[in-house]
Amino acid sequence: MVESRRHRNLMAYLVLTVGVFVVAFPVYVAFIASTHDAATVINGNMPLTPGDQTLENYHRTVFVGTARTTREPVGTMMLNSFVMALGIATGKILISILSAFAVVYFRFPFRKTAFWIIFITLMLPVEVRIYPTYKIVADLGLLDTYTGLILPLIASATGTLLFRQFFMTVPDELLEASKIDGAGAFRFFKDTLVPLSLTTMAALFVIQFIYGWNQYLWPLLITTTDSMQTIVIGIKKMIVTQDALTEWQLAMATAVLAMLPPVAVVVLMQRLFVKGLVETEK
Amino acid sequence: MEKRAVFSSKLLPYALLLPQLAITFVFFYWPASQALWQSFLLEDAFGLSSEFVGFENYRAVLAQPEYYRAMVTTVIFSTLVAAFSLSCALLLATQADKQLRAAPTFKTLLIWPYAVAPAVAGVLWLFMFHPSLGTLARPIRLAGIDWNPLLNGRHAMTLVVLSATWKQISYNFLFFLAGLQAIPRSVIEAAAIDGAKPMRRFWTVIFPLLSPTAFFLLVVNIVYVFFDTFGIIDAVTGGGPSGATTTLVYKVYADGRLGGDLGGSAAQSVILMIIVIALTAIQFRYVERRVQY
Repeated sequence: MVESRRHRNLMAYLVLTVGVFVVAFPVYVAFIASTHDAATVINGNMPLTPGDQTLENYHRTVFVGTARTTREPVGTMMLNSFVMALGIATGKILISILSAFAVVYFRFPFRKTAFWIIFITLMLPVEVRIYPTYKIVADLGLLDTYTGLILPLIASATGTLLFRQFFMTVPDELLEASKIDGAGAFRFFKDTLVPLSLTTMAALFVIQFIYGWNQYLWPLLITTTDSMQTIVIGIKKMIVTQDALTEWQLAMATAVLAMLPPVAVVVLMQRLFVKGLVETEK
Repeated sequence: MEKRAVFSSKLLPYALLLPQLAITFVFFYWPASQALWQSFLLEDAFGLSSEFVGFENYRAVLAQPEYYRAMVTTVIFSTLVAAFSLSCALLLATQADKQLRAAPTFKTLLIWPYAVAPAVAGVLWLFMFHPSLGTLARPIRLAGIDWNPLLNGRHAMTLVVLSATWKQISYNFLFFLAGLQAIPRSVIEAAAIDGAKPMRRFWTVIFPLLSPTAFFLLVVNIVYVFFDTFGIIDAVTGGGPSGATTTLVYKVYADGRLGGDLGGSAAQSVILMIIVIALTAIQFRYVERRVQY
């Protein structure tokens, strides 16, 4: 532009650096707390440089667990979170690619109805129907199971809409060509549609993995045994109102561990993440 | 838009739809209709019998002063979070939109908080501002403020708003940046040649072109504050102190679980569903417009 570029860019660097600093600070403090011993953290005078208890704290967190509150090693919780997040992500992709295939590539009675039945689920997040859903899962004997953690959360329209949108952009000529080659619906799906959808699938996977990993209310309600809880609710249980009982250095180590997988996914698969985020919101 | 070429099969499409429809019915429509039905029932204290009471639960909920309090809390909470996170994100996005060499790095460094679970975000902020051990609580005390989010409702609200804003900035930033990058350079250059200074260019050219994004984000942010902040509130304040941070969603949870008032909780759920449907409808009307845009 006309104005002096150097001056404006300096401003931009300044604002962005402050922004990054503010955004990163809470995580930095948590990390620092996870490297000190309990006494240093508790006395309210914690230094802002790393301590020497890092290995000890993380070892205790992952393999032993807190002594007084949750008593479950965080390793188990992370495993539970992984199973839940992977289950939700793959489950959603699987059921929604099939239903989108049906809605886009077939003509049958009640096609529009089926689409609307799925579409409406966009409007009601799990939070507003939490108790009846809980009761159904309890009646089905799914409390404290991975199935109970995963199934109710894969009932959503986001994936179907995303795949539908993508299938609409696939040229009709491809279907005509594979029909001429004598391919049936199944072959077309497997050999043409799935390979074309891989990027969409990956983008949806990234978003749903984060969504699944970060679930809070649902696992809080349906897990009653310590060995089934996820890491996100584990942290909450480590922090109790009686300050003396909270082992903050371990809670903060747990917080760091809880952030690591989803944040790594966002940073390492940024392109897919942005694509998924922008497209699922359309 | 419809496909010209399709497969003809009578049963296959239903088989393909079956998994999703089955899960949707069992875990979605059935519980939602149960919530609706339950909102018209009154259960006795032991949950042994229930009778149909019509709109009695709704009347009871709407007569509670606490319900209006939760409503006011929700409105204040959403307004503050939306205002702060949208303005911070817009500021950062406009800076990141300038052709800086480090722009991609800044983008990466600003978007990751999206991946942090709300409950974890709450715990991080609680730790920083914890009255007795928080790193940032001491400077506040030294400034002469008797900082205690565990006892003081206003302080608790401040903390919850900060955590929720922190988590939402990355999302808004990403969408604002995409919106900014979609604005043709030529339009801005034309304004510059006409002698418009950067601030004037921003308010008369860039901001109007960005308003669809801003409006979309406003709706998304309100929905976010309504539902996704549940984890933050539960982890940081548990709705307290004495109800100061109890939002509508938190009240549904607290009344049903802790209070055992299932009918009242269900009636609140139904009211919430209506609010969400209204919000979504607004959003979709807007999305329609954006397609033509």
